[in-house]
Amino acid sequence: MENKPLYSVAATFNDVNKTLAAVQKINEAGYKNYDVHTPYPVHGLPHAMRLKSSKLGWVTLIFGFSGALFAFLFMYWVNVIDYPLIVGGKPFYQLPAYIPVMFEVTVLSAAVFTVVWMLFIIFKFPNNSHPLIDTEYMKRVSVDRFGISIQANDDLFELNKVKEFFKNLGAEEVFEIYYKIDELKDKPKIFDKKFISFLALTSIVVSAITYFVLNQLLFMSPFNWMHEQFRLNPQKATTVFKDGFGMRNPVEGTVARGYLPYPFKGKPADAEMKLVNPLIPTKQVLELGKEKYLTFCSPCHGNFGFGDSRLRGQFPNPPTLHSDRLRNMKDGGLFHIITEGQNVMPGYASQLTTDERWAIVHYIRVLQRSVNPKESDLR
Amino acid sequence: MSQDIQTFEAKPLSARFKQIAFGLLFLGLGLSVLAFLVDSHRALANYNVIFALLVSVSVGNLFLFAIEYLSGAVWSTVMRRVNEIFITFIPVVFVMGLFVLFNTHSIFHWSHEEAVKTDKLLQWKSPYLNETFFTIRYLVYFLVWGIFAFFMTKNSLKQDESKEQLLTYKNSKLSAAFIPFFAITLTFYSIDFLMSTEPHWYSTIFGVYYFSGTVLAALSVLTLAIILLHEKGYFGNILRRDHFYNLGALLFAFVNFWAYIAFSQFLLIWYANLPEETFWMIHRWEKGWEIFSFILIFGHFLIPYFSLLSQQSKSNLSRLKFMATWILIMHYVDLYWLVMPSLYKEIVFGWIEISFIILAVGIMLVLFLWRYNKIKNIVPIGDPKLKRSLEFHL
Repeated sequence: MENKPLYSVAATFNDVNKTLAAVQKINEAGYKNYDVHTPYPVHGLPHAMRLKSSKLGWVTLIFGFSGALFAFLFMYWVNVIDYPLIVGGKPFYQLPAYIPVMFEVTVLSAAVFTVVWMLFIIFKFPNNSHPLIDTEYMKRVSVDRFGISIQANDDLFELNKVKEFFKNLGAEEVFEIYYKIDELKDKPKIFDKKFISFLALTSIVVSAITYFVLNQLLFMSPFNWMHEQFRLNPQKATTVFKDGFGMRNPVEGTVARGYLPYPFKGKPADAEMKLVNPLIPTKQVLELGKEKYLTFCSPCHGNFGFGDSRLRGQFPNPPTLHSDRLRNMKDGGLFHIITEGQNVMPGYASQLTTDERWAIVHYIRVLQRSVNPKESDLR
Repeated sequence: MSQDIQTFEAKPLSARFKQIAFGLLFLGLGLSVLAFLVDSHRALANYNVIFALLVSVSVGNLFLFAIEYLSGAVWSTVMRRVNEIFITFIPVVFVMGLFVLFNTHSIFHWSHEEAVKTDKLLQWKSPYLNETFFTIRYLVYFLVWGIFAFFMTKNSLKQDESKEQLLTYKNSKLSAAFIPFFAITLTFYSIDFLMSTEPHWYSTIFGVYYFSGTVLAALSVLTLAIILLHEKGYFGNILRRDHFYNLGALLFAFVNFWAYIAFSQFLLIWYANLPEETFWMIHRWEKGWEIFSFILIFGHFLIPYFSLLSQQSKSNLSRLKFMATWILIMHYVDLYWLVMPSLYKEIVFGWIEISFIILAVGIMLVLFLWRYNKIKNIVPIGDPKLKRSLEFHL
């Protein structure tokens, strides 16, 4: 008994007004370290206790604004820097669309971090012991009594004086509350076996439920009602059109965006006569041509156009690109060959865009002039 | 707290208040008559704005009054008499509105028959937007507001004499009946008098938008009146920090609500990007009107939000008094921003606007003076909730 350190002296009262009056008297007597416990929130009690307003609000404020800032920066990074994607014809940086998310994250982070701060910083979680827990006093005040507890670490604290004081204030019962020695010694650890296994169990249960709901339940009747909608499914027959085809052919003469129909199909002579290279051989165009030539043409024609294939006889070797016929052929003729193919060579219209094909033509001219330069090039 | 009933008697307002009230009224009247002679079109548009402001103040207070009964609120019971003073503006506001009704051609584009003839959209809307139905609706709004205001304030005043508890119950029932009517009438009022100044526009949230402003305006005049009366000693020492804190908290809440609704309206229009909706917003973002839009973003939301955010500021009387005035001004700016850009391509703001603001303040002060002189007690002394209200603690 003597070894047990005293935490506080506590008293119960059976009336709110008596409690409020007692709090006033305790204030006047000059006690600082005391607390009041009531079974329900009592209006006017913080005022009577002369409590300063809680500083927890600052935590809420700071984490709330941090959340807003984080949400803003994150969305900015995603939408503008890392993965710019046009959504709904809006610019990449679109403040109005960010605001609802910023608002939600503000609320979320303010609420979550207030609770976390309260638990871990103020209540010092995982510490869950307090001298008042599991006392007769706490049992009374959590049911039908109001209680005041004056702590032993108060400057004015004297055991018998405080007991007498409570009696004079009209207390029903007075308790002496001691620290529990074993609880004091037993410092709770965050990696406690019980705690960790509880966490593990919780995560397993939550994961299982989430998996079940998202991957099983939503595919069961009647929760799968969203799968059966009145709409056209790809590759499925439909009752909307007479011929049963869900996917419709485009109207005759439709031209896809960026693709012009090629008017010289099977007419190489016409193509050579009428087609003119629309590109100016700038450095950029030549580099594009080089890249595409090396990717698509060089396997057969060789890196420099000599017809020295790297395919080692699997295909017949193509003729050199430096022949007189090809050097004198107009750009339109080369373009036609790339587009339509010739002999064994397939057409490349589906792999290369019009501009890329014209760029390759320019690059072939560069190769040809490097082997058979003009007079002016040598000077 | 055993206060003698005698101490609740309403002391007469000072002679200086009377001078200021009538001074502002006559100054405002003189200037606005001059404004009518100079530019009747613009003067009428301004008149419509201050008419909406007075509807906000009077009908908004009726809403606060009903909410007190519905929620069984205790803290506001001591302030209810001031609430009633603002509610009794309604008949005068009705008479004011008749002037708008007789001059629809200057304010409402849809009231011109030649304009409707060449406009498909206006033709389609004409079963609703025509002058006969418009007048009928106007009468219905004020009939609904007037009837509820009359019976509820009458019950409240009768309770002072009879101390009959049943009257509180009666008023609760009336309040419950009033709320749906209020929602419908206020929505249609805002569509008729504010939104239809631009009859080609569509917005389904407009009624709620005006409602949020209405409650703010009503709360700010109530807060301002309560604090001024308290500081001049008309309330004795019965009002405490806790009472003011609630007013501040409600102001803060509705500042947020307004911003929420205003942004909701903007966001949907911005996202959907439909020409029949966006032109209204674009118009308020160019040719000088963007100044008003900026004032609203900062003055109507950000500044009051941060001013009223902390716990202390909600019960700091000088802060609260300043913010109540500020929010009332912002509600005026909001109404001006709703109506005027529809009628003027480029920004207009000058002495005509100032003179109508003076007129609005003058009307409110004179009405307040007139109604205040009629009341006997500054608090509802017969209300069974009064004792709890006086002892109210947070």
